[in-house]
Amino acid sequence: MSDWIEIGRLDDIPQRGARCVNTPIGRIAVFRTATDDVYAIEDRCPHRGGPLSQGIVHGAEVTCPLHNWVFSLETGLAQGADEGAVRTFALKRDGSRIFMDATMMMAIAAE
Amino acid sequence: MTEKLVVVGAGMASGRMLEHLFEADPGAFDVTLFGAEPRGNYNRIMLSPVLAGEKTYEEIVTHDAGWYAANNVDCRFGGTVTRIDRKAKLIVSGDRETPYDKLVVATGSAPFIIPVAGRDLPGVMAFRDLDDVNAMVAAAGKPNARAVVIGGGLLGLEAAAALRSRGMEVVVLHLMGHLMERQLDPAAGYLLQKELEGRGIKIHCKAQTKAVLGDSHAEAVLLEDGTIYPADIVVMAVGIRPETRIAVDAGLYVERGIVVNDQMVSSDPDILAIGECVEHENICYGLVAPLYDMAKVAARTLVKQDAAFRPVETATQLKVTGVSLYSAGDFADGDDREEIVLRDASAGIYKRLVLKENRILGAVLYGETADGSWFFDMLKKGTDVAEMRDTLIFGQAYQGGGQLDPMAAVAALPDDAEICGCNGVCKGKIVGTITEKGLTTLDAVRAHTKASNSCGTCTGLVEQLMRLTLGDTYNPAAVQPMCGCTDLGHDDVRRLIKAKGLKTIPAVMQELEWKTSCGCAKCRPALNYYLVADWPDEYADDYQSRFVNERVHANIQKDGTYSVVPRMWGGVTSSKELRAIADVVDKFNIPTVKVTGGQRIDMLGIQKEDLPAVWADLGKAGFVSGHAYAKGLRTVKTCVGSDWCRFGTQDSTGLGIRIEKFMWGSWTPAKVKMAVSGCPRNCAEATCKDVGVICVDSGFEIHFAGAAGLDIKGTEVLGLVRSEDEALEHIVALVQMYREQGRYLERIYKWAKRVGIEEIRRQIMEDADKRKAYFDRFVFSQKFAQVDPWSERVSGKDKHEFKPMAELGFPQAAE
Ligand SMILES: Cc1cc2nc3c(=O)[nH]c(=O)nc-3n(C[C@H](O)[C@H](O)[C@H](O)COP(=O)(O)OP(=O)(O)OC[C@H]3O[C@@H](n4cnc5c(N)ncnc54)[C@H](O)[C@@H]3O)c2cc1C
Ligand code: SF4
Ligand code: SF4
Ligand code: FES
Repeated sequence: MSDWIEIGRLDDIPQRGARCVNTPIGRIAVFRTATDDVYAIEDRCPHRGGPLSQGIVHGAEVTCPLHNWVFSLETGLAQGADEGAVRTFALKRDGSRIFMDATMMMAIAAE
Repeated sequence: MTEKLVVVGAGMASGRMLEHLFEADPGAFDVTLFGAEPRGNYNRIMLSPVLAGEKTYEEIVTHDAGWYAANNVDCRFGGTVTRIDRKAKLIVSGDRETPYDKLVVATGSAPFIIPVAGRDLPGVMAFRDLDDVNAMVAAAGKPNARAVVIGGGLLGLEAAAALRSRGMEVVVLHLMGHLMERQLDPAAGYLLQKELEGRGIKIHCKAQTKAVLGDSHAEAVLLEDGTIYPADIVVMAVGIRPETRIAVDAGLYVERGIVVNDQMVSSDPDILAIGECVEHENICYGLVAPLYDMAKVAARTLVKQDAAFRPVETATQLKVTGVSLYSAGDFADGDDREEIVLRDASAGIYKRLVLKENRILGAVLYGETADGSWFFDMLKKGTDVAEMRDTLIFGQAYQGGGQLDPMAAVAALPDDAEICGCNGVCKGKIVGTITEKGLTTLDAVRAHTKASNSCGTCTGLVEQLMRLTLGDTYNPAAVQPMCGCTDLGHDDVRRLIKAKGLKTIPAVMQELEWKTSCGCAKCRPALNYYLVADWPDEYADDYQSRFVNERVHANIQKDGTYSVVPRMWGGVTSSKELRAIADVVDKFNIPTVKVTGGQRIDMLGIQKEDLPAVWADLGKAGFVSGHAYAKGLRTVKTCVGSDWCRFGTQDSTGLGIRIEKFMWGSWTPAKVKMAVSGCPRNCAEATCKDVGVICVDSGFEIHFAGAAGLDIKGTEVLGLVRSEDEALEHIVALVQMYREQGRYLERIYKWAKRVGIEEIRRQIMEDADKRKAYFDRFVFSQKFAQVDPWSERVSGKDKHEFKPMAELGFPQAAE
């Protein structure tokens, strides 16, 4: 079951940029790529906690601003030689409106 | 008795449906066809060639009077249907009622007119039907007529190109960052823009229309940023909206479009709907291919045969003569997706395929689109392309061979392209001399042409030219590529940016044949710097290609909070400034306040959301950003000098402040730290700085290329000058030389080692013309750079950076 909550509009996020959503389980980074796809991941680098929302976005990847680990926005996996992963959250778009699936959030909060 | 079929809308979908219907069962219905336009069905797509004067209206008519008569269609052209009465099963047009057994709604869509002042003025038009085309053609007939086209999508660009070919002056206003953003990625958008600009069409992206100006007729378009474009006609091509008014009034289920099932039947079993007015599985279509599928299904449903409409992929082609552009499917990036990019700068070709698990998901082709349908076919079929992966991008004809040419970018340069910037040597001269004199070594080329004889930045290019002229016999030393996105090194890229006049990141990536569509975190900040440094007045800084510190103008700390360092000119402060800092620290509960190594005060541990408020308070006390986060001028440390110190020979504090005030705000390849000491005792530690000054009785000794970080290195002496003015001029020229030649992230000492201390001394100390030219270029670029980023942000710039997009609690009823 999915539970979609509206979090904002596509135009709220710069292309090749990110915005944050504050939630009860912490900060979630919502990215918009050059091709207008949106992805949401935990805003916390598994290396040393860097805010991934502040990294440079290239393709569907982001480079952590603290020590340059690169993560896939789609799978949350660290790329290249680094090992680690961040949680991803499902998003849905209806026109320019962006929705996030709250079930994942609830599941984490229940852990 | 034959059943009565009424069709509302004589457009592309209904015309096709009637053909299928008469084919399947010619006598099944008595057909009445209503159309709001005073004419029958025609090929709307071809209105663009009609507007361009390449076709006539007669050539695009799809169904003529003879066809309607032969099929017994009762035509009511010029008859707008105003009401559907579902109970009585009739429709109303004018004051006539027409009963139906089955009704097909095919009303297409209505152009979207942006709700700005002046939109109703005569001269403002859409691009949807023949009347619009006639109005545009009439306007283009007047001498020196000007058109503003709002919307840089398919429709707007076809209109713009057609009007331009009729001799109008044309401006295209586009809201987004690049043209046709729904079908094209930025790289292809760049090529398209270049092509259209080459035809004399002015393109203005990121344009927010504020109003159409004029008294009794449109006269100009005003943008939010204050720009005004005069216009005799204003063409709005910003999008379409399904035309659903009569369906809504009749109480049919309508979302964005009239909702239909797979059989094209609406929420009323006797009413079908097809075309752009329809919504099927949450999708509204705006291209004819799927509408034709709908037409076929609807015809079958009407004669009670089984048929089902399924969502389809669509492909787009821009119908502008001389432009080849094709886009299909989904070309977004994704991690489990791979892209194959082919760029041919000399031929203006860009091709990009997006693959997932060896199947094509999307394709963007520019310049050469012959393989579009081949790719699209494999896309629709989900063909496994693993076998031909390596050569796929070369197209169908190419299966089996083909290699990319790494030297294409250099080969494509015109003969007069300047290769060596220091000595002004062009490509033709180098190639000519190599052949004429039979040169075979780099040193010989240097000796004869002077190319790459000075700073050496262009060595890589000169070597490539030698390779090009001499063939494989010449083997240049391998250059270290900038990153995985290109084979070119930093120096090659810098020289080519200048030689080819490349002024945007997409332009660099296309012309230098980048292997990725969007670059990476290594090359993007470097390119952004090179463009800022080379085209200070023309290049629009790309914030998304800057590291976070330079984007939010503060230093990110290990816990994700930020630190803020205001400028303290020359390290001098006052009670008023200190009090203001103390107040800010209290007000925002700033956990740590620390004196930095650069003689200023650092406030650490500030939440990102608080930054604008912190800056606002600091700004009120007169503080500006200290750029403690920038690859740019950081600090100028000073000692108290002749003002206070008994050993002081000159006003070192005053000179330091003067230098800092002159140079702040400038971007450099890596950070630049300076210092001025009032005597050789050197209390300001000027001899380990990027640039330092030691004051002596006879003047000012300028030092540079020191380091006190990972490496430790004393400075080199550039030379001695007599006056403060001279000191400033020499220092500025030196930094400008570094700005023009340095590789991104290369500190001055590394640059100096690469280029040679002697060469730098020669250009700055001995060659007065060179020095003056460097100085002037720096001064020019400062005009655009000396803007305090903090006050900009306090007044609202990049607001989005500092606020979360949303605050979520737990959903209420989710237990
Ligand atoms: C300039 C231009 C270029 C295009 N180029 C392409 C292209 O290259 N490729 C592509 O695939 N598509 C293209 N399109 C889009 C394509 O033309 C449309 O998708 C297609 O025409 C839609 O067909 P339709 O039958 O749904 O609507 P339409 O063809 O618009 O027909 C609807 C008709 O219904 C009439 N109508 C509306 N309301 C009523 C009413 N209440 N009573 C009576 N009549 C009514 C309208 O006047 C109109 O004549 C282009 C469109 C334009 C304008
Ligand atoms: S450097 Fe010389 S002038 Fe400056 S404070 Fe030290 S001793 Fe005095
Ligand atoms: S010396 Fe190292 S730890 Fe200290 S501030 Fe500089 S980078 Fe950080
Ligand atoms: S915290 Fe992200 S790479 Fe170190």
